[in-house]
Amino acid sequence: MNKLRLATVWLDGCSGCHMSLLDIDEALMGVAMKADLVYGPLVDAQEFPKTVDVTLVEGAVSSQEDLEKIQLVRQRTKLLVALGDCAVTSNVPAMRNPVPVKKLLERIYVEGADVHPGVPSNGVPKLLKAAVPLQDVVRVDLHVPGCPPPAGTIAFVVGELLEGRMPELSGKVRFG
Amino acid sequence: MAQKVSIRIDGEYVGAKEGQTILEVARKAGKYIPALCYMEGLSAVGACRLCIVEVSGVGRLLPACTTPVQDGMSVTTNSEKLARYRRMVVDFLLSERNHYCAVCVSNGHCELQGLAQKFGITHVHYGYGYPKMPVDLSHERFVLDHNRCILCTRCVRVCAEVEGAHVWDTASRGIRTMLTGELNRPWGAIRSCTGCGKCVQVCPTGAMAEKGWAVEEMTKRSDSISWLATQRGGRE
Ligand code: SF4
Ligand code: SF4
Ligand code: SF4
Ligand code: FES
Repeated sequence: MNKLRLATVWLDGCSGCHMSLLDIDEALMGVAMKADLVYGPLVDAQEFPKTVDVTLVEGAVSSQEDLEKIQLVRQRTKLLVALGDCAVTSNVPAMRNPVPVKKLLERIYVEGADVHPGVPSNGVPKLLKAAVPLQDVVRVDLHVPGCPPPAGTIAFVVGELLEGRMPELSGKVRFG
Repeated sequence: MAQKVSIRIDGEYVGAKEGQTILEVARKAGKYIPALCYMEGLSAVGACRLCIVEVSGVGRLLPACTTPVQDGMSVTTNSEKLARYRRMVVDFLLSERNHYCAVCVSNGHCELQGLAQKFGITHVHYGYGYPKMPVDLSHERFVLDHNRCILCTRCVRVCAEVEGAHVWDTASRGIRTMLTGELNRPWGAIRSCTGCGKCVQVCPTGAMAEKGWAVEEMTKRSDSISWLATQRGGRE
């Protein structure tokens, strides 16, 4: 039997959704039997593979780098899952949105700095005007809200996807 | 004495009295109609449109909380169409201002969040507005966070109709509408506020809260305010 090619992606989130994924405990064994984890913060691969069956994405799209990454991920993924409130609603990363980026960075890195005041520009990706949910920039096939989604929910979602079914989440999940 | 009338709700005959609204009659008959701005004991204003129902022979959907019953009326409380419009209402409420449930005092106890879950809403369908909204921390015991206010005016009505202080009103119109207290003073400077906390207790969301609670910790007692209101006003 061909194993399902599974990837995870970490954009602007706190890693809580990945932690919740690890929290599915022994259900991970079942996942490992049926899927190969081909990319993500939990494995070594440097480049996003050419073809992936299911990608779970944590985090909002906040920087130019996030944007390019999610577009590539979308192109190469059959079924894209927005995992957790940051990916679904933009959540906490969006709390900065009402403040213009320039003002925001100066407030933190100039006014808020004790030493070496200055907005970092070298080697850090440019922030977008607003942190947005995945659905604002790419097509999303499944939304799994929750901050983070409980381990049980993730186990259910991944379990169903591994069986080739679209999980029915109506009434089972909530924001927050 | 009010005239007795008979109406049908989802096909079942239900007895009612003239002057009662569809929502009152439906609730008494144990029928569920979602509602946000309606609160038992306060006047009904028809602000949120969650309670819309279909009435036979009427071409448009009517809010159950403000529509009086009429003899022979036939009401449908649930249909694909109603569910679609109700989802749309919640969707709009979630995307209009800034709702970060994960860091909200009312997370897990919020009526808006609860309805979103009940309706199976897993994401919004309209872009978020991310408006810049003030948070009023000036009162020593209470917080008003406009980011989470859905303009249901439950606070306005409880303060005016039950407490008798009439601190709150709404200012401006449309998407610019804002809750405002005593001609736009910060809450801490409002002299007519007695500090009773009724507005906080009836607020369905995390917009009004007591200070000192962390995320998920603010639970409310709108039921006891309803009880108080019905005791005082002689309303049913
Ligand atoms: S008020 Fe309700 S919907 Fe809004 S952030 Fe708080 S819990 Fe979420
Ligand atoms: S605390 Fe009481 S008096 Fe003050 S605004 Fe709220 S309801 Fe009105
Ligand atoms: S503060 Fe609360 S009770 Fe008052 S209008 Fe806003 S959501 Fe409704
Ligand atoms: S409950 Fe009827 S319009 Fe809000």
